[in-house]
Amino acid sequence: MTRTPPLSEHHADRGAKVTEFGGWEMPVQFDSINAEHESVRASVGKFDVSHMSQIEVTGPDAATLTDRLVTNPVTDLNADRAGYGAITDSAGTMLDDTITYRLTDDRLLFVPNAGHDEEMAERWRTHRDDWELNAKVENATTDWGMFAVQGPDAADALAAAASTDGNGSGRAASGDERNGRNDRASIRDLPFFAVREATIAGVTCLLARTGYTGEDGFELLCPADEAERVWEVFDCQPCGLGARDTLRIEAGFLLSGQDFDPETEPRTPYEAGIGFAVSLDSDFVGRDALAAVAEDGPAERLTGFELTDRGVPRHGYPITDPEGTEIGTVTSGTMSPSLRTPIGMGYLPAAYAAGEREGDEEIAVTIRGERKRARIEALPFIDT
Amino acid sequence: MSFEIPDDKGYQETHEWAVRENGTVRVGISDFAQDELGDVVFVEFPDVGEALDASEEFGVIESIKAVSDLYSPVSGEVTATNDDLIDAPELVNESPYDDGWMLELDPADETELDDLLSADEYREQVE
Repeated sequence: MTRTPPLSEHHADRGAKVTEFGGWEMPVQFDSINAEHESVRASVGKFDVSHMSQIEVTGPDAATLTDRLVTNPVTDLNADRAGYGAITDSAGTMLDDTITYRLTDDRLLFVPNAGHDEEMAERWRTHRDDWELNAKVENATTDWGMFAVQGPDAADALAAAASTDGNGSGRAASGDERNGRNDRASIRDLPFFAVREATIAGVTCLLARTGYTGEDGFELLCPADEAERVWEVFDCQPCGLGARDTLRIEAGFLLSGQDFDPETEPRTPYEAGIGFAVSLDSDFVGRDALAAVAEDGPAERLTGFELTDRGVPRHGYPITDPEGTEIGTVTSGTMSPSLRTPIGMGYLPAAYAAGEREGDEEIAVTIRGERKRARIEALPFIDT
Repeated sequence: MSFEIPDDKGYQETHEWAVRENGTVRVGISDFAQDELGDVVFVEFPDVGEALDASEEFGVIESIKAVSDLYSPVSGEVTATNDDLIDAPELVNESPYDDGWMLELDPADETELDDLLSADEYREQVE
């Protein structure tokens, strides 16, 4: 049974084309992937990302439990901060990646990828019981609508949205006047990876300065039944998963289930280039296996490349060395809308990793049986 | 959503169009097809001089989200390809029946054009 976001009918009326992703039927494009992509790089665009999972962990051991299951400890975070980390198994293989919001000392919300909600809620509950911790784990995915507002003008868009009550008037909602939490300046000054409550279009939302496009931006969670009001207050280009994919590839960000997957692409965070999100001082499931990888360095690394021949690299295409020997597989690739060149990523032997061989290493991608030349490029492909 | 489907052209179920033009047959893809594909970013065509059979695969078109094969509506020898599409593949989106044309063929059998779907028949298929 395919799941749908709260605004699926609203998006259909707006002419969105949809795609199935992670068990969800989501907009892939509203107008044109190139135009949507360009809006986010040049000004601002909004994404419905309600397919992302939301798991709430509450209680005295909420942080302890989560610290033992994520590579980046949340007990280091102040309340009102978010952290990015991987969820690994005992072998150090990534099951998913997630942002964890520490809302208060004993209330966390983490955001696994689409379709991982029940699996992760169950993982947390099982370990809670094994470790006899005191925390409540709730799969809140259907309670929330989730939007991303991204681009260099995102702060303006949020400040404007926070100053309206959603009924077209410009006055601040009365609740905001009482607690003063919604003044435009404080939203603009929300630090990177900070999270807070904010009233957007008269609706109390969770607002974080996070995103997955390589641009400044915000992600916000609102009650599912208020989703339309919040979505509509942002007067900017609606963007689908198509542009979300091209933007995140240019930024060198991972897509769960594609750039890593416990079944089809089992990888450690070090291979995937997110060693920065692993704290070996923390005691989490997979820590010992990852300590061993860190010691020797991973044998393969996620490596960026640009095709110098004509073509479009896509997931699953073989990557070969100059002699034609297969050395890897494309995990993500596209025609970059910003660079106007074909770009991609794949796991290659560490000797090919960007650095000394960057730019001059001729590799090739096999497209429909033909070898297309490519060269190694450092990730990200664009300045973020 | 309604799509432009000019009456002067014949259509294939696979969404290519063909039209007689100055003794050759010009080939492209329909407005419906370009809309389904979305932003076209890459095209690959046969060499001039290559002989194609009707319904034979003649190339590939790629949008950001999809890869699609192209099939020749009629048989004949390729006399020209639209090289503008190499640097500006978006012309297929902007102008599928004019600037976004793909091939010109010297038709082997002009009666094959009559076997294609009419604009009305094709409209029924896509609407």
